[in-house]
Amino acid sequence: MALKSKDLLGLKDLTAEEIHYILNTAKTMKVILLSKNKKTPHLQGKSIITLFYENSTRTRLSFELASKYMSASAANISVASSSVAKGETLIDTGKTIDMMGADVIILRHSMSGAPHLLARNVNASVINAGDGMNEHPTQALLDMFTIIEKKGSLEGLKVAIIGDIYHSRVARSNIWGMTKLGAEVSVAGPSTLIPPELERTGVKVFNTVQEALIDADVVMGLRIQLERQKKGLFPSIREYSRFFGLDEKRLKLAKEDALILHPGPVNRGVELPSSVVDSDKSLINEQVTNGVAVRMALLYLLTRRDSDESIN
Amino acid sequence: MRVLIKGGHVIDPKTNTNGIMDILVEDGIITEIGKDIEIPNGDIIYAEGKMVLPGLVDAHCHLRDPGFEYKEDIETGTMSAAMGGFTSIACMPNTDPVCDNEAIVKYIINKAKQDGFVNVYPIGAISKGQKGEELSEIGELKFAGAVAISDDGKPLKSSSLMKKALEYSSMFDIAVISHCEEMDIADGGVMNEGYWSTIMGLKGIPSAAEEIMVARDIILSEYTKVPVHIAHVSTELSIDLIRHAKKRGVKVTCETCPHYFVLTDEACSGFNTLAKVNPPLRTKKDVEAVIEGLKDGTIDMIATDHAPHHNDEKNVEFNLAANGMVGFETALPLAITYLVKPGHLTISQLVEKMCVNPSKLLGINKGTLEIGRSADITIIDINEEFVVDINNFKSKSKNSPFNGFKLNGSVYYTLVNGNAIVREKILL
Repeated sequence: MALKSKDLLGLKDLTAEEIHYILNTAKTMKVILLSKNKKTPHLQGKSIITLFYENSTRTRLSFELASKYMSASAANISVASSSVAKGETLIDTGKTIDMMGADVIILRHSMSGAPHLLARNVNASVINAGDGMNEHPTQALLDMFTIIEKKGSLEGLKVAIIGDIYHSRVARSNIWGMTKLGAEVSVAGPSTLIPPELERTGVKVFNTVQEALIDADVVMGLRIQLERQKKGLFPSIREYSRFFGLDEKRLKLAKEDALILHPGPVNRGVELPSSVVDSDKSLINEQVTNGVAVRMALLYLLTRRDSDESIN
Repeated sequence: MRVLIKGGHVIDPKTNTNGIMDILVEDGIITEIGKDIEIPNGDIIYAEGKMVLPGLVDAHCHLRDPGFEYKEDIETGTMSAAMGGFTSIACMPNTDPVCDNEAIVKYIINKAKQDGFVNVYPIGAISKGQKGEELSEIGELKFAGAVAISDDGKPLKSSSLMKKALEYSSMFDIAVISHCEEMDIADGGVMNEGYWSTIMGLKGIPSAAEEIMVARDIILSEYTKVPVHIAHVSTELSIDLIRHAKKRGVKVTCETCPHYFVLTDEACSGFNTLAKVNPPLRTKKDVEAVIEGLKDGTIDMIATDHAPHHNDEKNVEFNLAANGMVGFETALPLAITYLVKPGHLTISQLVEKMCVNPSKLLGINKGTLEIGRSADITIIDINEEFVVDINNFKSKSKNSPFNGFKLNGSVYYTLVNGNAIVREKILL
């Protein structure tokens, strides 16, 4: 099989089969990643550009290493987000990169839908590395990969996503992806940070963290952005932590063998206490490794699409 | 110069005319309406099987001239209006410079006389520079020819200034048109807050942003006893508030636009910037409420809010895209297809909402086919089906979410002062 679209813009648009296909490919990639000689020729002759309009350490490095482990030519462009409105337009920047022979453009942008706009205007494949509050599909893919690695499948699993759902592209991508793979997703967070009519996506929405945690197989804490407090969305970090912090006592409501995930970076003592972050149940470090494997898989599948098509 | 319109179905709610009749126009004036009028010579327009309506009147459009001629100018804007069957249009003051003084009003009127295809009536700004701080010279605006005042595009944040605007304008008997949006709660949102903003991760504008201001302006209108006109009403509660106010005897009128009775916020899906408009497209229940409001008379009129934008202002990130859509060339067919065909409004009621009531609001002598009036007449085939093609638009801008829509109702003729500027669907 091949991925239907030239781009990976979000999990909302993927089928369950496509998601499985990516995750299965990532399994192979993880073997390569964990081997002593991390170099494959899969992307030889391919040019991969990361175009980041927002700061990022792990996502960007993860994509860069994924490209390099597979022998691609990789380059990075950072654009200060302050210049988005006044500088060169996204389409113009994208076309310039396109004309230099890029095969894949990996875009992170503060505005939802920016990768969709870019994808419509370039020949290169576009991977969404996080757009505004919309989606962060590679993060969700690595989350799902991590869960499936431990649990075998997402089918029938209860997943609790806790925190600032409103602003979270990680939450949205996970909701789309996990529900497609048969998980039952619950969310909880301050009611000012739950977007309206979220239930219509098929998730259960709770006002208390306790309700969402009951019998959960997987618990995902989301990073709380401190600047949201200044906008009046919650009164204080202290109160947030008191009502929505994932401490050991609350986590007892989840299943005994529940997995703890967090997209990072963690605010220790806010979303999760250090004792949980550093516990055996926490997969936060494995998530990072799996992120590289998932991104290797995606880059491979997207750059292979053309040759698949020409064979057909 | 004589023009005889023969055999059309003439509809003029103001004179209770509704039947097959001929109309004789002499030197730009309607001189006779009746059966079997004959003239020895002159221009005869055969209108059998078509409807003959008063020329449409739009109380709310943007011509972008002066200042934004790359989007539209008075010539192309009025061409577009004529193609849509509009013969009189009132343009909002958010030009550059802002139409907040006599000179700009006169510029628009003069340019429209020179280059315009239809009658153009400028709307002046309520506040100087639309800054919401000091009143503009409303008296001078009126005497220069402005037919209403509005800070459209920007709400009047200060309730105190809004109260003064109502009180002061009442001296000059000039309509006050309010763009209702409470900016603090709108808070930088880019589409309606609801399911679709949730799943696209776009910041939503709560319907409450509109409703809070509608409530405020109703209260100020009742308090000052000065009429207020609410622009582009889009939500169920706004309509309920206006319905309630009208029952109380408050002199409030309002308009809606075709996109609010045709589209929902789902139209934004896929980050479709052509569906980005302010107020934003709402939900199905709001669309139903708008239709109900039109039916029961709560909503007095349909305006286009024709808002041309260059492709470069739409082909960008959704957050950065300009608000608004062009409307002249789709308004009437949308109204026919979505209101008249399903039986929500009769064609006569539609004429009230697109001719009679906007004329009344603006205090212009238009919107009717009375003898002695200037012959502004639109002839349409209400049944003809066509597919909207933005490339056919006469407007300089093509930003319409209705491209490809299959609609009923074609404008065959548009006469302004007796001159057929659109003839057999072609602009002359």
